[in-house]
Amino acid sequence: MHDLGYDAAHLLGAVVLLMSFALLYQRRLFALLHVFTAQALALSAAAAWQGYIQHAPHLYVTALLTLGLKAIVMPVALHRIVVKLNIHRTIEPALSVGLTMLAGVSLVTLSILLVMPVTESASALTREDLALSLSVVLLGLLMMITRRNAVSQVVGFMSIENGLILAAVGVAGMPLIVEMSIAFSVMVAFIVFGIFLFHIRERFDTLDMQKIESFRGESH
Amino acid sequence: MAFVVSAIVGLLLLAAVGVAASRIPFARGIVYGGTGALCTLLALWSVLSLAGGAGTEALALPLGLPWMTAHVRADALSAVFLLVVNLTGATASLFGWGYERAHHDARSGPVLPLYPLFIAGMNAVLIADDAFGFLVAWEFMSLASWLLVLSTHRDPDTPRAARIYLIMASFGTACLLLAFGLLAGAHGDYRFDAIRSHAPEGWAATLGVLLVLVGAGSKAGLVPLHVWLPLAHPAAPSHVSALMSGVMTKVAVYAITRVLFDLIGEPLWWWGGVMLVLGAVTAIMGVLYAMLQDDLKRLLAYSTVENIGVIVAALGMALVFKAAHVPVIAALAMSAALLHVINHSLFKSLLFYGSGAVLSAVHSRDLGRMGGLIHRMPVTAVFVLVGAAAISALPPLNGFVGEWLLFQAILNGPALPQWSLKILIAVIGAALALAAALAAACFVRMYGTAFLGRPRGREAEEAREVNAAMRLGMAVPAVLCVLLGVLPTPLLRLFEPATRLMVDAGPFDDRAYQPWFWLAPTSAIGNSYNGLVMALVIGVLSMVLVVAIHRWASAKVRRSIPWGCGYDGLDPLAVTQYTASSFGQPIRRAFGSTVFRARDHVDMPQPGDTRPARFHVTWTDPAWHAIFTPLVRLVARLADLVNRLQFLTIRRYLMLMFFALVVLLVMVAVTQR
Repeated sequence: MHDLGYDAAHLLGAVVLLMSFALLYQRRLFALLHVFTAQALALSAAAAWQGYIQHAPHLYVTALLTLGLKAIVMPVALHRIVVKLNIHRTIEPALSVGLTMLAGVSLVTLSILLVMPVTESASALTREDLALSLSVVLLGLLMMITRRNAVSQVVGFMSIENGLILAAVGVAGMPLIVEMSIAFSVMVAFIVFGIFLFHIRERFDTLDMQKIESFRGESH
Repeated sequence: MAFVVSAIVGLLLLAAVGVAASRIPFARGIVYGGTGALCTLLALWSVLSLAGGAGTEALALPLGLPWMTAHVRADALSAVFLLVVNLTGATASLFGWGYERAHHDARSGPVLPLYPLFIAGMNAVLIADDAFGFLVAWEFMSLASWLLVLSTHRDPDTPRAARIYLIMASFGTACLLLAFGLLAGAHGDYRFDAIRSHAPEGWAATLGVLLVLVGAGSKAGLVPLHVWLPLAHPAAPSHVSALMSGVMTKVAVYAITRVLFDLIGEPLWWWGGVMLVLGAVTAIMGVLYAMLQDDLKRLLAYSTVENIGVIVAALGMALVFKAAHVPVIAALAMSAALLHVINHSLFKSLLFYGSGAVLSAVHSRDLGRMGGLIHRMPVTAVFVLVGAAAISALPPLNGFVGEWLLFQAILNGPALPQWSLKILIAVIGAALALAAALAAACFVRMYGTAFLGRPRGREAEEAREVNAAMRLGMAVPAVLCVLLGVLPTPLLRLFEPATRLMVDAGPFDDRAYQPWFWLAPTSAIGNSYNGLVMALVIGVLSMVLVVAIHRWASAKVRRSIPWGCGYDGLDPLAVTQYTASSFGQPIRRAFGSTVFRARDHVDMPQPGDTRPARFHVTWTDPAWHAIFTPLVRLVARLADLVNRLQFLTIRRYLMLMFFALVVLLVMVAVTQR
């Protein structure tokens, strides 16, 4: 009964989800990036652990990729962007923290209610894992819509990608190519967003979406 | 079957000739001649097919999407409607050829390429055997007729008419699309055979039937969906108006018949009740509208609305009797409906040809500019008189036979089990009788104003008789009107396979012996009609009357200049004679003041003022007023709301996606329980 593999995988997945919640209530940009790094680390550990219990060496590659890109390169790069652009460091959430948390909890409930009956034939680990990763994806979306700051929207987007990778590593037999493509897509997104941020900065002198929107002629 | 398909292909080729009309010599003759010849052949084919018992022929054509084949099929019902379409198609080609020579407007849009396409589309609807083919052909027919309406785009009224027509046609097709989706149900097989064998039941069937009634009814012109019809039908060239009014509405009737009597299986009785009410309201409203019109072609278009009401009421009768399992009387009502379909196609096309002839002679559709045309255009006047008498259901013409049959079915109303229907049918009978009487008044008004009296304008004074092709085009339906009125029984025999297919009985089933000159379809009441005797009696009485008048009355007539009533230099008879509007005034006062809010306004100058007094009539269409204007306002408001979606912030767009995702996930979670 006391299956260490299952428990540890569950724990790591739960940590990823917990970090998603932590992302939701961060009020400062650097803290946000730190929490994101922690999530990436947890994800990397989860991938490595899955590689160990599934005896799938390619998951170690995924773990390394996640570690390198998500936990090191991207936080450092975003950190540098924030410093270089001298972005206002506090974040104005569009929704109060309490409400955001409530919404997050309901989303997790929804995804558990959704995944559990659908995947009755799958193993318990896969089911838990899918529920957790769907929650992470939904929380990432929630973060994207409750934040006004462009950098935090980028972070929200990348936490969606984390959720996807969590789902991918949890299912046994997923070929490496999928993880590669996900990693690359995140990379591309990062580049796009980076360029996007620079351009916005050059044009409008702000990264606050509310201020940017007022530049559109027909908007209110 | 293969012949019908190849004829349709032939029509498409003729359309190609029409496209290159400017480079091909005698293109007009080729297109109209070819279309007329193909229509004649198709009509002959359907007559032969019906006479031979009308077996069902089906064919699968490798058309459409790669994994599908188009199914076509002709049974007795298709054959009846093919006959109706192509008979009028043939006369319209003949008339149109003459009409375009007499009345050619160099600035008008192209008619030649579209005319064969329109006829091909209507034929294709009638032989389609799957919902895809049906809808494609239906839309083909709608769009071709829409372009034909647009050919007179220089007229100031045409763009609005075409726009409303396009909206209503799209709405109708959308309804039919949904209806076929419901009829095909979950198994997703859109062949009519499959729908027939898995006909839906319960609310899906009811909703499908109502959608078909709305979708096809908007094409047929059921009130209150008729609003496009009196705008679009008159706007087209006259031979196309004849086709749209006389035939395209019948294709819609075909759609209703095909679904309600064939595809749906066992009908519910109250569907027939809905059709009866719709039909009766349409008939009365249509003829009241017609009574108000001063535009000749618009009057005819509103009269089409009335006749569609009669046909739909007859179909409703057939449906309630079919649902009550009284097949003999259902067959009687079905025969009445089919007979009225072909009758209306004949006399309505005849009247539209007549209006085209008048239009090409007087250059106006306004009744107030006509008058006395019987002297200038005697041949046209005789043909239009036949058409007007037929549409007014006067014996011994064909209109009378159709109405007579329908009333035989109505008189059998007490044979139904439902008390509500027994009472309803009595009311419907009264309403249809009222509509018939009003139609007679309406056509007396039309004929009297246009052809009798004195000319009301210079054009009417100088009108010339139309060319031989147009006269021949009018002669054929006029002769058929008389022939079918005098000898209806052979035609009803011809249509018997169709009624048998639809309601499992023929109109003569309870009569062992039925002579060809005697119409006594059901022994339930024992009534009978003999067109020959009727024609003979009317002929003899008319002779006697004519002789008597010439012998005694005309002998005392002397011609002299009458007192001029104080008019200086004007023909007092031309100025003081009844106008279209004054003739219609009693009926307008009696019915129109409440239904249409018709008001007469007299602008009387003060004493000493030398300007003439003016009189004008205003009226509003309750369908516009109560349904379409609010609807248009609602659509505009919704469009404004939707337009705001174009200007949201990025975060709001993300929010929309997020909520859509969450709602869908919740739906999945709930339905998984």
